[in-house]
This record gives sequence, C-alpha cells and structure tokens, in this order.
Amino acid sequence: MSAATARRRGVLALPWIWLGLFVAAPFVIVLAISLSSAGYGSPPIDFFIGWQNGHPTFNINLDSFELLASDQLYIRGFLNSIAIAGLTTLLCLLVGYPMAYVMARAPARLQPLLVMLVILPFWTSSLIRVYAWIGILKENGLLNGLLLHLGLISQPLVILNTPIAVQIGMVYAYLPFLVLPLYATLQKLDWTLLEAAADLGAKPWSAFFRVTLPLSWPGTLAGALLVFVPASGEYLIPELLGSSTLPMISTVLWTEFFGNRDWPMASLIAVMLLLVLAIPLLFLRGGQATAGRV
Amino acid sequence: MAPLIRLEGLTKRFGETVAADDVTLDILEGELFGLLGASGSGKTTLLRLLGGFETPTAGRVLIDGVDVTALPPYERPTNMVFQSYALFPHMTVAANIAFGLKQARMPKPEADARVEEVMELVKLAELGKRKPSELSGGQRQRVALARALVLRPKVLLLDEPLSALDKKLREHTQFELMRLQRELGITFVIVTHDQDEAMAMCSRIAVMDMGKVIETGTPRAIYERPQCRFVADFIGGANIIDAEPVGPSRVRLPALGVECAVTDSLPAKGWVALRPERISLSHEAPAGGPWPAGQVEAVAFHGDFQLYRVRMDGGVELRVAASNVPGDPKPGERAFLSWPADAPVALSR
Amino acid sequence: MRVSRGAKIAGGTVLGLGYAFLFAPILSVIVYSFNESRLVTVWSGFSTKWYGELAHDDRVLNALRLSLGIAAFAASGAVIIGTMAAYALARFGKFRGKALFSGLVAAPLVLPEVTTGLSMLLLFVLMERLIGWPQGRGAITIAIAHVTFAVAYATVIIRSRIASLDPALEEAAADLGARPFAAFVAVVLPLIAPALAAAWLLSFSLSLDDFVITAFVTGPGATTLPLLIFSSVKLGVNPEINALGTLIVGVASMVALTATLLQRKSG
Repeated sequence: MSAATARRRGVLALPWIWLGLFVAAPFVIVLAISLSSAGYGSPPIDFFIGWQNGHPTFNINLDSFELLASDQLYIRGFLNSIAIAGLTTLLCLLVGYPMAYVMARAPARLQPLLVMLVILPFWTSSLIRVYAWIGILKENGLLNGLLLHLGLISQPLVILNTPIAVQIGMVYAYLPFLVLPLYATLQKLDWTLLEAAADLGAKPWSAFFRVTLPLSWPGTLAGALLVFVPASGEYLIPELLGSSTLPMISTVLWTEFFGNRDWPMASLIAVMLLLVLAIPLLFLRGGQATAGRV
Repeated sequence: MAPLIRLEGLTKRFGETVAADDVTLDILEGELFGLLGASGSGKTTLLRLLGGFETPTAGRVLIDGVDVTALPPYERPTNMVFQSYALFPHMTVAANIAFGLKQARMPKPEADARVEEVMELVKLAELGKRKPSELSGGQRQRVALARALVLRPKVLLLDEPLSALDKKLREHTQFELMRLQRELGITFVIVTHDQDEAMAMCSRIAVMDMGKVIETGTPRAIYERPQCRFVADFIGGANIIDAEPVGPSRVRLPALGVECAVTDSLPAKGWVALRPERISLSHEAPAGGPWPAGQVEAVAFHGDFQLYRVRMDGGVELRVAASNVPGDPKPGERAFLSWPADAPVALSR
Repeated sequence: MRVSRGAKIAGGTVLGLGYAFLFAPILSVIVYSFNESRLVTVWSGFSTKWYGELAHDDRVLNALRLSLGIAAFAASGAVIIGTMAAYALARFGKFRGKALFSGLVAAPLVLPEVTTGLSMLLLFVLMERLIGWPQGRGAITIAIAHVTFAVAYATVIIRSRIASLDPALEEAAADLGARPFAAFVAVVLPLIAPALAAAWLLSFSLSLDDFVITAFVTGPGATTLPLLIFSSVKLGVNPEINALGTLIVGVASMVALTATLLQRKSG
C-alpha cells in the first residue's frame, strides 16, 4: 500500500468507525428489532435471532407489521403527520418566499443583517420558543388578552391544544429552514434577466412567474424538503401545543415506546418513517444532482 | 551531455481522457524549455507530472539520472511557480518565502539571510512584512518566484507565468525571467499557450497537441523549418497549400496554377507552408513569374503591418502580412502574390 | 433596476411582519420574565425576582452544568470528526464507499429525531448486553448521541470552507517540502479556523438545545436543561422558565452573532 493510501485510510478511520458504529449499526438494529417480538424484562424484547444449541434460531414476529397495517391509529398518525407537514410547508412557502425575495433584492449592505435576523431565532432554544407560544395562545394568554382588550372578541378563543396551535407552532419553527436556502438561491439570481424581460415587454408579475419563479425552483424545492421531512417527524410541537386526540406519528412512536413499552412497534414505526420520508428524499436529491446544477 | 530531465513513455489518463500520451522528452541542464500548446493539449499535465503533482498511468520521470516517478513533490528537486501563485494568504511575504526553508529546518539566521538575498534578486526588498492581499499581481508573482527559488531547485517549473499580467508587464517580466535563468543557471520548464512568448523566451520548445509532443526544437528551427502542417499553422499561422513534386526542390501548386522552388524536396504529394509575412503583393505581375493572382477580400490594420485576405483565382484563400504595399491594394482590387525562392517549406505530413 | 416607492414599502412591510412573527414569542418571554405577577396577562410590575429564584434553584443549576459539559464535549468531538470527514469528502476525490460515507454523515440531518433517538438507544442497550459498555444510560450515552448528530452539521460547514480553498495552496506547500500533515497544519488549518469555530459554536448550541434524542438515550440522574424545562412546562407556565428562557436567548444570541461573524470572515 502506498503512503498516500495509508494516509487516506488514516484520515477516514475515525469517521468511518464512529459513523459505522453510531449511525449505520443503529439503523440495522432498529430494523432487526422491528422484526422481533415484545417481551417482558429489560429490555422488553424477544430478539428475532436467538442462539440455541450452537445454531441460530429465528423468531421473526410480524405482529407489529400486522398491527401497523390494520390499526387506524398508526395509519391516521402517518397521514396526520404528512398532512400537517404538507400544510406547514405550504404556509412556510406563502410566508417565506416573499420574505426571501425581499431579502435578496434588498441593498447589498443590508443583506447580511437581514440574514442574521432570520438565523438568530434558529440558534435560540427551540424549546423555549415553542413554550413561548403556550403563553401566547392559551385561554388566558397574550393573544386572547390582546383581542379581548381590543374588543375584537367577547369570549377567549380556544387555540392551545388544537391542531391550529400545532400548525402555528410548526410554521413558526420551520420558517427559517425555508427562508435561508431560498434566499441563498434568489441571491445568486441574475437580476438583469428581469431587466431583459421588462425590455421585452413583460409586466412585473408576468416576469416573476415566467422568469424568477422557474429559476428559483431548485432553491424552493430544497427549502420545501428541508421543511417537509423534519416536520413530519416533529415531536415537541404537537406534544406541547397539540392534543392527544389527533397525534402525529412521532407522538405515536413515543407513546408506544415510553407508554406501552412496545419497543418492536416503536422500531417499526421508526423504520416506516424512514422509508416513507428519507428514501424518496434521497432519490430526489440524487435526481436533482444528475439533472444538473442550476 | 546526459539530459537533466528525461520523460520516458509518460502517459496520464483521467478516466476516459488521455491527457498525456506516451511522451518521451529530454530536457538539458541550463535550458529555458517551453511546453507550448493550446488548452487541453496536455502541457500542464506534463508539468505536473514533472513536479510530482500527478502520478503517471505509465512511464517514468528521471531527474539527474534518478527515477523520481514514485516520489511526492516534497522529495523532488523541483519547485513550481503556480498559475494562481498559490501564496499563503495568512502569511507575510517573508514568511511565504521562508516556508520551504522552515520545512527543511534551516536555522533562522541562515534562513533570514537567504530570504533577504532572494528578495533582492527579484526586486522585492522592503515588502517582506506585507500580506499577499496587499500586493499587485506582478508583485505576487515575484513572491511566488522568490519562494521557489530560495530553495535552489535543480528545476524550476512555471505554469503560464505571464498569462495573468497585462501587456506591458508581460514584456518586462519576460526579460526578467530570462535574466534570472541566465544568472542562476537553473533549468526552467515553462508552460504557455502563447507562441510569441515561447519563441521569445525559450531556448527550446516542445509543441504539444492532444497529449502528444508534435515537434521539438529551437524557436528558429520550428518557425523556419516546421516538420508538419500542425506546427506550421500553429506557429505563425502559415498558409498551407497542396503541392505535388515536379523535380528536385521544385513543386507544383495546383490550386494556384504555378510552380515554384522549395527548401527541401517533397518525396510525394504533400503541402507547402508559406508564411504570410514572406509574401509580397503587387498590382502588376512581378518578374520571375508566372505568379498567381487573386482578389483582395479584406484588409485588417495591425499597426506594424496589414493583414490581407486574398481569394486566389483557383479558389483558395491566402493570408498576406505586409506593410507599405505600393498601390495600397483595397478590398475588391486584384493583386499578384510573389515570394522569394527560400520561402516555401515542404511538408510531407 | 429602479424599485418603485410602493414596492419598497410593500417589501418593508413583508419583512417587518415576518420578523415580528419570528421575534414576538421570544420578546414575550423576555418581557414576562420581568413580570412580578405569575400570570402572563397581568402586568404587576417590573421585578427580577424570578431570576433570583432561578439562581437558587439547584435542579436548574445542576441541569445547566450537565448540559454545558455535554455540549462542550459534543462540540469538540463533532469538530474533530467533522474535520476529518469534511477533508476526505472535499479533497479525496473518489474513494471506496464514498456514497455510503456521505450518506452516513448526512443521515442525522435527514432523519426525524425520534428515529435517531430510538435507534441510538437500541444500540446502547445492545452494546450493554454484549460488551457491558456503556453501563446504563446517562451522561455518556447522551454525549455520544450529541456528537453523532452534531457531526452532520459540523461537516457541512467545514467541508464548504475546505472546498473553497485553492487546492494549489496545499500543492505549493508540498512542493516546498512540507509533508501532508505538516502542510495541513501550516496551511489548511489556519485558513479554515473560522469555520471550525463556527462549527463548534453551532454544535454547542444544538447539543444544548436537544430534547428528543436526549430523552431517548438518557438515564436516571442525567437531567439536561431541555429535559428539565420540558417536564416543567408540561406542568404549566412557570415564570422561572421565562427567566431561564431569557438567559438562554441572551447567551444563544451572542453565540449566534459570534458564529455568523466568524463565518463571514472566512468567506
């Protein structure tokens, strides 16, 4: 082995070992546990592979799979997560695209400040920020206080612990995830293209839809995915702001794991989450890469 | 004399592309050797193979008789001046120059003395404490030069040293490099795409195309006696005219309908290279004919000469570079072309 | 292109509303941390008593100490591993298993936190069964988990910086006699230092703030700040939390500012 190859292996060794042990192995284990049965004892698993009399025995249990496919709870949980994540993405786009656009068109010396103001909330504790919404949205909270004081309503609105509260919290938390990549894309746009469009007779809105929007599509897509995928797996926001009647899938996983001590079921949900979300995402990113960078 | 550098059967493949194709080349000590070619011709690859920045797919590199093919750059007696200069932005000029000496663990007083010496040599004195970002392009290049020279390499490699400089600075730097090379006696290997530069500076040139060395020789030899059409056209843009031999040192040019003398005999059907600056234009037929005639299509003013494009009666277009032509032919006028007997160069490939 | 005054006003309004939306909750926490009354809707006077109670709350102080320690460890580990991974990805061209490697590095960015948390817990349980380490869950398992997801972020930041360096710089260093490691230390490291610092700060923040993954891999006695805040919040709005939140926001903002300035300095 040449010195160069040995050196490369040296640099890659630690990352490979760490990632292999703490990222790859856990994934395999989750898969394995999802095939196992729930048991008594600690940990509450009857592993799907055993060792008896010198040869492996298999005890693949597909109860979890059956339950997942049949019980409404799980299916509804997935659909609910996808729906909420989808709506969140849409709302973030509606609010975030204009923001990113204005930021990208702002005078150059202002832009770093504008970006920083968007990044700032992202760095402060997400837990505190979600908690803040409790204080705002609860029945005797800030929002109701303000609306009552202004005379706009006569009875306090029930917002907290409803899907609306969850939606507000989600949009709030994920907005920066859309604005930042979108801003990065828009900022690189060649604005003289809009001047050319105007020169050729396009009105501002037309130019936007026919030039700006298509060109900013990769950034928009990236931002949308950056919101949709993590949002579908969000736990904290529905837990603190939502109700237990319409849980998102992460809450279901949590309950299965901590509440029912059904580790195989929780593992299966985790695997399903992965398949439903991450894999299409990877394909999409791969497709984007081969389709050419814009 | 044994060559200082010998490239033997050097081939470098990047996936499907063959950047260097079975190159065998000798470079002698004390030469200012030029690798000349268009972009993609493989000249930079060859330089990098020499410096140790690429490992060849096949072949060997020998420097001073030693096979250095497997050696990394830090073990070769070569130093490179990179096209982007690659000055360390976080270090001062003096620290940049001293970098190699520091790596070799030279004691500080000795190192400082050497740095000062080389800074004097490239006229950088007083700039030691500046950072690269505070220097002009020309100054940065001199730092890159000093940084390489301070290590007293056997071979100095220069990757397009003049391409980033403006015209005036280019000429000045050209002479500076030649002076340095003469004074220090170090072998220089320069990569350039600019033929004027190569011809002006180098003691010998290798013309490259598609990874192969097409021709090697002194500038004069390559210019006056190119061995093939590619070189004749690449260097100085000669007119390439089909030719048939009609006797010893004599050929017939069918497209022009005339016969003329050639420098060497043409063994079989081939071509003749005729440089634009050796052709004369005149409104009347000159003596010693028959001479071909055609219609002037365009005239471009180039300062010290005019470039005429003439559509000959046989259909072929020839280029003529001349100044102060009597009668001042204009586009649309007819003119005769003539040339001295030693101007046409016979080419068989 | 000339922007009409109307467009400027519209743009300013859009941004103004957007920023108001982003900052209002944070501001409400800050304001009410100084509210004498327990109730959010009643302002009964300016008071710093909640900060006083916070300073004496042992549970909070212990959790803070634990979180800070884990965060520092996680950030340092993430930067070390991340630098190696980033260098390999940016400079090694093709190498065996690069796609898998790349995927594993990025995985925590893509996976939902519950999945990462659960899978790591299962790993720790299995490891304890097979080799007896880690013994039980606690600070160590939390630290390992935090390093793992922080590596994903650190690698992105560091890789982008390494990729923007002229490769000729390292070649020049080699040409001048520096062996690869010496070249890395003398040339690459100083130039990526701001990115390393930014990556450290980001990893630190992420670790400090993590709830879900920590909840899965924690054990008895290892209560981090987010875990404490969460259980406290579940019980109802607590004015002490407002004070804590304000402090966190204050510190986090300074960290964010520093990191952003560092990143801009390194280009």
